[in-house]
Amino acid sequence: MEHFLKTILYLIFIIIIILLALAVVLAALGKSLGVRQWYINKLLVLFEFGRVRINSYAEHERHRFDIVESSEEGLPEDDTLSETSQESETPDADSYTVIRRDISISATEGIKIPSKRPDYDMSWKREFNISDIMYFLKCGMESIIQDDVTQRFAAEELKSWNLLTRTDLGYQFISWRLTFLYGIGCAIRYCILLPFRMILCCCGLTFLIVSTFLIGYFPDGKSKRTLNRIFSLMAHRILCRALSAVVTFHDSDKYRPKNGICVANHTSPLDVVILSCDNCYAMVGQSHSGFLGVMQRALSRATSHIWFERSEIKDRHLVSEKMKEHVDNEDKLPILIFPEGTCINNTSVMMFKKGGFEVSPVVYPVAIKYDSRFGDAFWNSGAESMVRHIYNIMTSWALVAHVWYLPPMTRLEGEDAVSFANRVKAEIARAGGLVDLEWDGQLKRMKVKETWKSKSQQDYSKIIKTD
Amino acid sequence: SSNQIVRLYSRFTRLDKNNRGVLTREDFLRIPELAINPLGDRIVHSFFLESQCETVNFKQFMSVLARFRPTKSKEIKNKLNTREEKLKFAFRMYDLDCDQKISRDELLAVLHMMVGDNISEEQLNSIADRTIAEADEDGDRMISFEEFKKVMERVDVEQKMSIRFLN
Repeated sequence: MEHFLKTILYLIFIIIIILLALAVVLAALGKSLGVRQWYINKLLVLFEFGRVRINSYAEHERHRFDIVESSEEGLPEDDTLSETSQESETPDADSYTVIRRDISISATEGIKIPSKRPDYDMSWKREFNISDIMYFLKCGMESIIQDDVTQRFAAEELKSWNLLTRTDLGYQFISWRLTFLYGIGCAIRYCILLPFRMILCCCGLTFLIVSTFLIGYFPDGKSKRTLNRIFSLMAHRILCRALSAVVTFHDSDKYRPKNGICVANHTSPLDVVILSCDNCYAMVGQSHSGFLGVMQRALSRATSHIWFERSEIKDRHLVSEKMKEHVDNEDKLPILIFPEGTCINNTSVMMFKKGGFEVSPVVYPVAIKYDSRFGDAFWNSGAESMVRHIYNIMTSWALVAHVWYLPPMTRLEGEDAVSFANRVKAEIARAGGLVDLEWDGQLKRMKVKETWKSKSQQDYSKIIKTD
Repeated sequence: SSNQIVRLYSRFTRLDKNNRGVLTREDFLRIPELAINPLGDRIVHSFFLESQCETVNFKQFMSVLARFRPTKSKEIKNKLNTREEKLKFAFRMYDLDCDQKISRDELLAVLHMMVGDNISEEQLNSIADRTIAEADEDGDRMISFEEFKKVMERVDVEQKMSIRFLN
């Protein structure tokens, strides 16, 4: 009996080793067996099934509730109901909409009327009316219920459940089958996939450190660069597999940058790993201590990255000097920067800081969009630590991402850095299917400035000025 | 409807960063769009009038928001979203000291908040005077709630103070 068990364990062990080796070798060669793609497709079928089930249950519930409520409702409610059912056909960029906004305020554009209702048309108004406060009141109340900004700093709500506990919106017990699937899903994810991925991750990291260490001994020159490229790609592909990342690169051959500045939207620190699967980048960032510091030093041995001390970051001039120097050198790798400055939850693109756009007139935009059905890639840096975040990603189903390389954009004559940044931002938002917002990502942590009130005040004054 | 309540509750918990089950003024002002609203402070204040202390719990949160529901033609049990209540809410925006009258100074204060520095003091004064003159009936140079209601007769309060919920 014991002998039998031992052979079984031995066998399993061998299989695992073979699978690991296969993963590593495939990663090294840059090829894929298509296993992950198949896995993704099967998962999609599963989610579809789940969605249908949940929808039919929800319909059933709502029907039951409506019968109770409709006995209380009066006539005016009927037109709003039919209106809303028409509106709900149009797909929303984010499913977190409770109300339809009638009036909104922004720091740069003042008062906006998104719904274009005729009774809100204030252009014919000429004088102050005591009821004017109602506009601001309503705007304030609407923003309390639903606003554009705060929702970007929390994980996106999914249209339907993807069988992870994390996104469980309190779905009650719906059917035996779903619960069963959920249970199996948990088992698979935690017991089989997680250890596998962790081992792969360790492999990848050691590979990276060792290879950069060895490459560091080579003299600077073309061979060093080629070696670096090969090994860096290999290491990152292993890491990608460690996360079960299925990344589709669009237009990779046409627009992949060889040097210069590359800008992308930021969702998680793992963006860097994903982008590095296809192309090598030089990174710009704050030098950390601890494990991250070790990584930074290791990477720096193989090729030149730009790391700053915290105190130096404040010195903008120094930063842009170093970047310019790097960009002008044709041999160096393209610099990857994330102009948003912080992690945003991948439903929108927030204001780009102009710093990176002042360095060079040509910029290569890249748009990254994660498919949130398989796992949320957003790092809520306020709520969870980096380790927890990576743990979350490893225990999700997979990390599916689309990366679009966009054609390079050039700053026009007389265009200043801010408008250039906005133009690039609009392009990235369009390519990735994200909402383009002009709010600052730093609002995650900082308070609003008093001066931003002035635009809407200006708008209003224009309306009631009688001369 | 229950779906809307669930959503509003999840919004409440999202705003409540410290997870204490109540909201403070800071939690409200963390919404950028509210913070740059010229009347932002007053709006936040209105929630706290309801609760009489420094925190707002969910029930108070909802009762303030309930005033912005669209009015229904039939009189129903929900007494908070009638036209009268909406008008009272707007009145309280002006009337800070709660003496049931809007004085000239209170009117000027609100005007200031709404236009910032863009209109001169004299113009603001004349606007305030004109508004009071138009509304004042008993000659006390202040606007009482009754006079307020009268001025608002022609104004479509239901539309202006109703938020359209999606189901």
